[in-house]
Amino acid sequence: MIDRNDIFETLNMIREERLDIRTVTMGISLWDCGGDSADRVAERIYDKITSRARDLVKVCATIEKEYGIPIINKRVSVTPIALAAGALDRDGMIKVAKALDRAAHELGINFIGGYGALVQKGFSNGSRELIASIPEALADTERVCSSVNVASTKAGINMDAVAEMGRVILRTAELTHKKGAIGCAKLVVFANAPEDNPFMAGAFHGVGEAETVINVGVSGPGVVASAIRRAGDVDLTEIAETIKRTAFKITRMGQLVAEEASRRLNVPFGIVDLSLAPTPAVGDSVAEILENIGLEKCGGCGTTAALAMLNDAVKKGGVMASSHVGGLSGAFIPVSEDAGMIAAASCGALTLAKLEAMTAVCSVGLDMIAIPGDTTAETISGVIADEMAIGMVNSKTTAVRLIPFGKPGDMVTFGGLLGEAPVIELPRYSPSRMIHRGGRIPAPIQSLKN
Amino acid sequence: MRAVLSVVGRDAVGIIASVSQGCAECGVNILDISQTVLHDYFTMIMITDIDRINVPFTEFVDRMAALGREKGLEIHAMHEDIFNAMHRI
Repeated sequence: MIDRNDIFETLNMIREERLDIRTVTMGISLWDCGGDSADRVAERIYDKITSRARDLVKVCATIEKEYGIPIINKRVSVTPIALAAGALDRDGMIKVAKALDRAAHELGINFIGGYGALVQKGFSNGSRELIASIPEALADTERVCSSVNVASTKAGINMDAVAEMGRVILRTAELTHKKGAIGCAKLVVFANAPEDNPFMAGAFHGVGEAETVINVGVSGPGVVASAIRRAGDVDLTEIAETIKRTAFKITRMGQLVAEEASRRLNVPFGIVDLSLAPTPAVGDSVAEILENIGLEKCGGCGTTAALAMLNDAVKKGGVMASSHVGGLSGAFIPVSEDAGMIAAASCGALTLAKLEAMTAVCSVGLDMIAIPGDTTAETISGVIADEMAIGMVNSKTTAVRLIPFGKPGDMVTFGGLLGEAPVIELPRYSPSRMIHRGGRIPAPIQSLKN
Repeated sequence: MRAVLSVVGRDAVGIIASVSQGCAECGVNILDISQTVLHDYFTMIMITDIDRINVPFTEFVDRMAALGREKGLEIHAMHEDIFNAMHRI
């Protein structure tokens, strides 16, 4: 018989501590949709996505009801469009973006990811056209997300792409200025991008993936924060054990939902992503976990160590709970999407330098950070280059999602899960000369493993 | 297959009767009941057998939630697999 205390624990996690399945993301291959007529390609892509993911929202709603566990987002990721529609020009790419947006509306999903390119070593023609189209594509669509991989441990950093992405981010901010530069919230620059990530804005369906696949992202910062609070005055080994036990339980639920969604949709199960993904709601914060570990404020001294332990313990606890773990799998630290991070950045405890250090030990990068609207493209490229270097050297994923808007001290509001963020200051000194050199930063010695 | 019903709310006469009747109408068999009243608050966990359920399980979930609203209680019916997944290796 099921234990009464176990039942109460699960109910409490869901009702009081905001445990949920953050996303069920269906990956769909678009390799068979290519061609040189933009209208035909857009039509094929629309038809394929809307037929393959037709039942996604309905099936998730049934699972949600039967198991009593909220599934917050239903999403689709596709083959990077620069590859799937590589023969198209810039205008053709924008037609594809609009087709993706129509498909997302038709399916009732909140985001569709994969309007992107993989250019860590160089640009194909399709990649150039796609990257040039990103600002307009994001301004003209509502639910399309874009990601560009500009670096990897194996290939090094494509600094021409880094320079270009600085300009693309600024242009996207300009074109979506009236909506608080919302386009930039849907644009990520990656090093070592995972090909099975279910989380937006960086989700895409990798080149080695199956025809269709179900990837699930769990969440639950509130559950971990509460468990640490209940643990009381114990040493850090015990805190790490508490995080592991909690992560195991959260992930088991993710595995169950992934298996059920996969079976009911008749689509292979890909991975469970073990990430702790915060939301702006109070009690759903990664910063709160760090503060419950014993920091006066997230961003203070000790933050990197606490985050390193949290990130590692989440993986150790989760990995045994799922048959396939993948994606980003770690703690997310998006500034605007986490009430504790917003508070820490607003009071000056959390600076760009500290955030950068934190990204060396957790799963993503400089995420959802509002920077002054008058920042130059070269400075943005400099921030990207630093973050890519951390990912490249440490053989891990790093990402940059910056929103140039307003001036230091302003609050930028995106609404919903994207939250709000105070504009933080960047260093005043320019990396312009370095960025204009262009070229590639060679792959580090640790890439030579063969 | 089994489902877990959780009922929470202010104590009143006839809570178990009305929940049991709702189960009976849907062909849901009650296997185990555990309930307490603490500071006027009624808490009940019911383990049920849903092998002979005569409506889709999602409809049963809705009916129980509606019954809860009617009686000023929170009633949730959940498939047992979520508890097994989380607490059994």
